Amino acid sequence: MLDQFFIIDFPALVIVTLASILCALLGSFLVLTKQAVMIDAISHSVLPGIVVGVLLSGSFSILYVMAGALTSALIAVLLVYVFQHWGKIEQGAAIGAVFTAMFAFGVLLLETQVGSRIHLDTQHVLYGALELTYWANPFEWSSMPTQIKTLAVLLIITVVFLLAFFKELRLTTFDPTYARIMGYKTYLFQITLLVLISLVAVGCFEATGSILVIALFICPAAAARMLCDQMTSQLLLSMFIGLFCAVTGYLSSALLPMWLGFDMTVNSASVIALFSGIGLIIAIIASPKYGTFAK
Amino acid sequence: MDIISSLLTEHYNATIVFFATALLGLSAGLIGCFLVLRKQALISDAVTHATLPGIGIGFLLSLHFGLNDGKYLPLLLLCSAITAYLGAAAVQFITNKTRLSPDTAIASVMSFFYGLGLLLLSIIQNIDAGNKAGLNSFLLGQVSGLRIDNLILLGAVSLFVVCAVVMNFKNLRLLCFDKNYANLLGLKVKTTENILLFLMILVICTGLKTVGLIMIIALLIIPAITARLWTERSELMAALAAFFGALSCIGGVYLSSALYDLPTGSTIVLFAFALFAVSLVIRIIRGADA
Repeated sequence: MLDQFFIIDFPALVIVTLASILCALLGSFLVLTKQAVMIDAISHSVLPGIVVGVLLSGSFSILYVMAGALTSALIAVLLVYVFQHWGKIEQGAAIGAVFTAMFAFGVLLLETQVGSRIHLDTQHVLYGALELTYWANPFEWSSMPTQIKTLAVLLIITVVFLLAFFKELRLTTFDPTYARIMGYKTYLFQITLLVLISLVAVGCFEATGSILVIALFICPAAAARMLCDQMTSQLLLSMFIGLFCAVTGYLSSALLPMWLGFDMTVNSASVIALFSGIGLIIAIIASPKYGTFAK
Repeated sequence: MDIISSLLTEHYNATIVFFATALLGLSAGLIGCFLVLRKQALISDAVTHATLPGIGIGFLLSLHFGLNDGKYLPLLLLCSAITAYLGAAAVQFITNKTRLSPDTAIASVMSFFYGLGLLLLSIIQNIDAGNKAGLNSFLLGQVSGLRIDNLILLGAVSLFVVCAVVMNFKNLRLLCFDKNYANLLGLKVKTTENILLFLMILVICTGLKTVGLIMIIALLIIPAITARLWTERSELMAALAAFFGALSCIGGVYLSSALYDLPTGSTIVLFAFALFAVSLVIRIIRGADA
């Protein structure tokens, strides 16, 4: 029993913990700048990049996959910009057109001959396979799953970036016009954030699937937004909410069916998404200051 | 007459697929036109993802009543329409009643409903009953599975959509361009909004099985913005959007069947996107001249 926990549940919990903290931190910026649909667009647009990355490297090499995903995320953002400014198309419609087309291209690559030669399954990318990660011996550093290493590196980069530029990020988030007048290069921060978000989206959904990424990015951050007004508390609160929802979600998906006497496995990514949504619902209803019953 | 009889005998299946997808593209383009004009294109994203739990519930219900091994289409469509409506209502509630912005509302509602849907589907995979094969086709679509009854359903739906849009055209246009003025005129804004929402859900639910969840979003948005590049007039834009929608479907089906064995949902979307890209380039060149 304990062995099974260390081999299967422990690495999954580590992944869920790292992913939820990362997503909540970056998601707060998306929610505050009213760009939440960007993560929806990015998480669908990276599909062709991942496939091309796998094709070029011949295996699931994390560097190639990340490079491919980042390229296609940047292409998507560029296309949205072009459509908005040259085609005079409203942002929402431009995003919708770009991400569906890129997703369709990714599916095309996956389902044709090209895709069947490589070991990459559409289902895996879309719904994640948290249950399948395993750590042969947690006391042995070398057998650590690559997803954990990737997420840990990303967490370090993100935290260093946030701490180093906290003041600038706060200003560009809340008052971009003033920040520009003050001489800050706001677009540099926006691009850096976008790159980080794309990398995290890929790093997470290799482990957890593309919907869980959207839920973890947006729901905890939105819940924190319902509860507080300050940047520091927004970041900390969204981190805790995300972590709590993700860990309880994973544990109930792993343990509840067994306790209730059913012999079944449920997709843990979807339960985590569900719990994050429930967290947001509770925050909307019960927030002391901004909740539906507060007014 | 020779051509017609050969279409109905030799290429019977291909003919059905052509007509069914073209009708779907036509009605999706028409409805998408108003969504784009109202700047609410991405609502369709949330609503489409919100159909998934309905499909799970519909499957469980029809299994419970012993209908067609769990795949009783009317019940599946009804349940998915209900959850889609709940999704749209949730987006409206969060946007109007809380401090969160519309984009946050869309993203959170979408991920919550989609998570719920996938959970139900993964529970269904564990049940030892019913015919589960094909439930996944709602995600990526399955054009080859279209039969004559699907064609009749799509035909009825698109006829209904076209009639409803033509009858309510003035109100819909007013809703898109000047909501306040519409209110002043005494137009029932709420009713017109609900009609548009109902028509959108109708198109999404009937289109799900054909082209899949992601692709139906594309069919709502891309033909409409393509039409927007050609004209400013709303009547013309609606007609063009419907035309581009039907054309993308026909082109996509042709590409997937004639050239290679490609997934049809994807080729339809990419054909629509290519039409859009060409239109954009033409517009830029013409704009540079003027």
